[in-house]
Amino acid sequence: MTGAGPLLLGVRHHGPGSARAVRAALDAARPAAVLIEGPPEADALIPLAADPELRPPVALLAHAVDEPGRSAFWPFAAFSPEWVAVRWALEHGVPARFIDLPAAHTLAWGAELPPAEGESEVAEGEQVRVDPLAALAGAAGYDDPERWWEDAVEHRGAGERDPFAPFEALAEAMGALRERYGAGGRPRDLVREAQMRLRLRAARREFGDTVAVVCGAWHVPALRQRTTVTADRALLKGLPKVKTELTWVPWTHRRLARSSGYGAGIDSPGWYGHLFHAPDRPVERWLTKVAGLLREEDRIVSSAHVIEAVRLADTLAAMRGRPLPGLGETTDAVRAVMCDGSDVPLALVHDRLVVGDVLGEVPESAPAVPLQRDLGRQQRSLRLRPEALERELELDLRGDTDAGRSRLLHRLRLLGIGWGEPGPSRGSTGTFRETWRLRWEPELSVRVAEAGVWGTTVAAAARAKAEADAADAGTLADVTALAERCLLAGLPDALPAVMRALGDRAALDTDVGHLAQALPALVRSLRYGDVRGTDTHALSDVAAALAERIFVGLPPACTALDSDAAEQMRGHVDAVHTSVGLLGEALGSATGTDPGAASGTGGAGGAAGHAAGGTDADGAGSDGAEGTGSGEAAGVGAAADMGTAPTATGESAPAIPAPSAGAGVASSPAVGADRSASAAAPSHAGGGAAAASVPGVSGSPVSAPAPAADGGTVSPPDPGAGASVTTAPAPGIGGTVPSVPEGPAPGIGESMPPGPEGPDRVRRLRGLRRRWRGVLRGLAGRDAVAGVVRGRAVRLLMDEGELGAGEAARLMGVALSRGTPPVEAAAWIEGFVGGGGGLLLVHDERLLGLVDSWLTGVPAEAFTDVLPLLRRTFAAYDPGVRRTLGELVRRGPGEQSDPGARGLTAPGFGVEPDAGRADAVRPLLRLLLGIATEEKNLTGVGV
Amino acid sequence: MSANLASTPSKTAAPHPGESTTALRPHAEDAFAAELAALAAQDDRPRPARWKLSPWAVATYLLGGTLPDGTVISPKYVGPRRIVEVAVTTLATDRALLLLGVPGTAKTWVSEHLAAAVSGDSTLLVQGTAGTPEEAIRYGWNYARLLAHGPSRDALVPSPVMRAMAEGMTARVEELTRIPADVQDTLITILSEKTLPIPELGEEVQAVRGFNLIATANDRDRGVNELSSALRRRFNTVVLPLPESAEAEVDIVSRRVEQIGRSLDLPAVPDGTAEIRRVVTVFRELRDGLTDDGRTKVKSPSGTLSTAEAISVVTGGLALAAHFGDGVLRPADVAAGILGAVVRDPAADRVVWQEYLETVVREREGWTDFYRACREVSA
Repeated sequence: MTGAGPLLLGVRHHGPGSARAVRAALDAARPAAVLIEGPPEADALIPLAADPELRPPVALLAHAVDEPGRSAFWPFAAFSPEWVAVRWALEHGVPARFIDLPAAHTLAWGAELPPAEGESEVAEGEQVRVDPLAALAGAAGYDDPERWWEDAVEHRGAGERDPFAPFEALAEAMGALRERYGAGGRPRDLVREAQMRLRLRAARREFGDTVAVVCGAWHVPALRQRTTVTADRALLKGLPKVKTELTWVPWTHRRLARSSGYGAGIDSPGWYGHLFHAPDRPVERWLTKVAGLLREEDRIVSSAHVIEAVRLADTLAAMRGRPLPGLGETTDAVRAVMCDGSDVPLALVHDRLVVGDVLGEVPESAPAVPLQRDLGRQQRSLRLRPEALERELELDLRGDTDAGRSRLLHRLRLLGIGWGEPGPSRGSTGTFRETWRLRWEPELSVRVAEAGVWGTTVAAAARAKAEADAADAGTLADVTALAERCLLAGLPDALPAVMRALGDRAALDTDVGHLAQALPALVRSLRYGDVRGTDTHALSDVAAALAERIFVGLPPACTALDSDAAEQMRGHVDAVHTSVGLLGEALGSATGTDPGAASGTGGAGGAAGHAAGGTDADGAGSDGAEGTGSGEAAGVGAAADMGTAPTATGESAPAIPAPSAGAGVASSPAVGADRSASAAAPSHAGGGAAAASVPGVSGSPVSAPAPAADGGTVSPPDPGAGASVTTAPAPGIGGTVPSVPEGPAPGIGESMPPGPEGPDRVRRLRGLRRRWRGVLRGLAGRDAVAGVVRGRAVRLLMDEGELGAGEAARLMGVALSRGTPPVEAAAWIEGFVGGGGGLLLVHDERLLGLVDSWLTGVPAEAFTDVLPLLRRTFAAYDPGVRRTLGELVRRGPGEQSDPGARGLTAPGFGVEPDAGRADAVRPLLRLLLGIATEEKNLTGVGV
Repeated sequence: MSANLASTPSKTAAPHPGESTTALRPHAEDAFAAELAALAAQDDRPRPARWKLSPWAVATYLLGGTLPDGTVISPKYVGPRRIVEVAVTTLATDRALLLLGVPGTAKTWVSEHLAAAVSGDSTLLVQGTAGTPEEAIRYGWNYARLLAHGPSRDALVPSPVMRAMAEGMTARVEELTRIPADVQDTLITILSEKTLPIPELGEEVQAVRGFNLIATANDRDRGVNELSSALRRRFNTVVLPLPESAEAEVDIVSRRVEQIGRSLDLPAVPDGTAEIRRVVTVFRELRDGLTDDGRTKVKSPSGTLSTAEAISVVTGGLALAAHFGDGVLRPADVAAGILGAVVRDPAADRVVWQEYLETVVREREGWTDFYRACREVSA
């Protein structure tokens, strides 16, 4: 073979047997130059391979200068034949050249391709179309081409025979294949091969015939082919081109194992590395290595195990008709002998040895990675200069530049490049403002270089890093935090992976506390997503599922708690409650109503509801008020639901089923509804409900201004007509007028154009809140549940309007009755009126009376136990509230207002409407609502 | 109802005509004698000492295939080829074989067929129970002879293991982990020294080439005696997995349900495939901790939820449907059975089950009836 022309060494990329054979052949032939399949632009980088600081696995990275995102990798492992050839050339002082098509063309080509094919272009591939190995393996009677190749090529000991023989045999086989299949469905190969032939000719002119070529075995016949220079040149004519740069980047075995990119994904780089490095007896050495690993992990593995494993592997190979045990046989042997048949330790072996943790290194003298360039470009375009001096930056995310800056900083943070640290926002609590503290430290440049392994652009790298982090994250809260950061960083592409990790963790986490901690962050993310216009469907699904899990797991988790745990659990209940409310809002807004028109409604409705409600505990309304575009339809619903505080009711008319177009509807009649909401709110419960009951006809005289008091009542099963219609058989709290809107809400369906899954989602949200109330009810009624949680549940239900004051009083009476241990009762009180519930006591004297009579009944010896708890509860109130309470208590229970009216009217309000005061509001109301003529029922309150 | 059920065995007790002479369940080597003979005739590969077939032929016997002369070998074990290969190879390397798996994964079945194919005899069997004495593994005495003639080989009653050693056959130990630990350890000498001393006679029985031992054990049961690491080391372990695909499992379940239903003389219930599929799906999802579409993880309950349990759930459901229902297998008929199978630990498993109901079942298309039925029985 020598003398007859160049030495053509056909290999399989990353084949250890090929690498060995290449080394032997080069040693035997001593060529004057070594030509290697690879981009010729990298010729200049070859000397770097001699640098002791360059340690494989590494990869040649080519990227388009103007577009760092467009890039291609040529990875090299220590056992790659190409790497062996490069090293051999460097060690022997022989020039080495890359002879494949320039990366300038490959990258330009990639851009022209449909994206699906883009990556496989650089893939030198067995996996594309005709698989030459599969064809050969099939001919040899193997069903698995990899195994055939291993048996026929990789596992053969090299050296003892003619070092060129394997290459000749392989070239022959490939020749036969090429005759049959031609380019094998890869027309591009022809162009590449033309280029290789041209470069080969040039090399032969320069160095004579004793050059060696290391290339994929598939190309060998083509290089042998006799063609004319003109024909080859013609093939190469007019190829597209981009300006490219190349550099070495560190690589990992794990990345080699991925099946994308260059080289057929080898799934066992660690095993290949072992085969390449082991001087002899590879199986024995491998199994000894496995035993060592298992011992490190405290598994009892003796030498006897290793002996038996080797025997089993050998016999298995014989039985399967293989010349030597391969990875499959050794794995089977390890499983049966060392792992007791279990796959768990085996997974460890696979991860640590078969794939391996090997990380490559690149010297600092290697050219800059594209990530640095990309960062530089973004810094320029966003006018955000890296400065060593610390400074503060205020961002308004509604502007494009600021949003871009925020995204960049968040992405860098994801990558561990701590250029900016988010600080507390000044003044505003809005979700559209961010404060950053910026400071560029010199070592950040190093971090950027390190982060280069993750990708070539900041966005791509951050995404890859986020996905990897999601897979590695320890706790559920870590993953939710990550999800939040992905949204902040504008990486919706990373979300599916993160969400998957999140769903998995949530499903397996048995601690409801963890789930409850995760939910708020997730819901927060949903809202951020809204602000930033990211698609959050996946997020809302996961959040809803998480909520379901909490609903199921919470009741059992609330029993048998000590006081600290109970206190914590109360926090969880509160957090879940808030989250469920916000989630409803977010889910609703995800249905795709017109945000512009509706956001006002949500805001005003929410604000109105809030004002009317006058309680803490919602937060939904206040968010809407910022006009962030969240919470339109459901926002109103939320406001209405939450806003109905027990204090804010007028006369209590008997429950009249009011088929009102319920809270959730209002989206298109935004303007009208808005007005009525703001007008109605001050005097009425359920401002939101009022808003909603103005159906369809925008700007028309409001015919039914008296709120149908949907807010806060039980939402019955969804009738299914409009997406979020709540026909509320409202046990009315407001001064309910049997108001039938003009026509049963014309155009409800149309007014809310649901997304593809719109109705489903909204139904789901309705279900969520209904079920959550069910859970709270369950908590409230179960004696085994810790007192503070029980009290809290009652309170939340009451705030929601789910429990009437009477029912709450009954439950309180039960909880405070003599049979209950005083400490438990005090905990109940803490849960019920703790955290700003003082107003409740001020206004509902019945509740206060219950507390008072319980307290006076506490036996002296128990009083000292109860005192700290009570002090904690009441000390948190505003001084004003405390004083009022004190006055009320001093006045004594007998001095309450008319006891006969107590059952009917809401506390804090008179029995009779004050017609004079109501009339005084009317002109203003009319003005606000734009109603010219006096309508009778506008008098509202006192009807 | 009790009268009705009680009457069923008496009906089946009367043998069907023509079957009176055959055993209720023939040994593997008898049932598949023809296949074994055909394999032996065509098997030209080297056989280990005293093996009736070569390892390759044993694997073929278990996995099924077609011989060069066209004889079709039926598959005895449907599962990964790898497992059978490792098992057979283990026996060929004179290491003992331990078959592990949850109940209903065909451990005993595989061990019987392996013994039949390797040694032509699957009857050298020790059934492991909590009461298995050492004599069952080593040897016992014929006390009449012992008293009359003193200790001698004639007075000795060899165990199946001892006979297998003497004759170079394959011995089987069923449910190894149920045997008390000190009795288990009797096996250590047998497996490592390949000899069984008889101190009373000053003799020993040395294992003849070809001797080997297959043990089966259950790795999910509670209250078993874990193997000592000394003993464990003498075994190569092969874990028999649960059926790989839902389709295969549905197949196994419906086949067994039909057989059991026939033997219990349950009235025929028309097409319960839909419900069987549902039961299998529920079992698989909870067992694997992953929904069938591979998209949602779920928690796994503490029970094993083996195929065998799925079979009993469906059979129970059939009985309900036949005797109390309208004769059609409905969700309600299997719901209670599933609940019983899933919720073994009343606190933890109930949460797991409810979570599964709420997050998976409720959302699933066409499962509304089932969801309702489950809610009803769970409440």
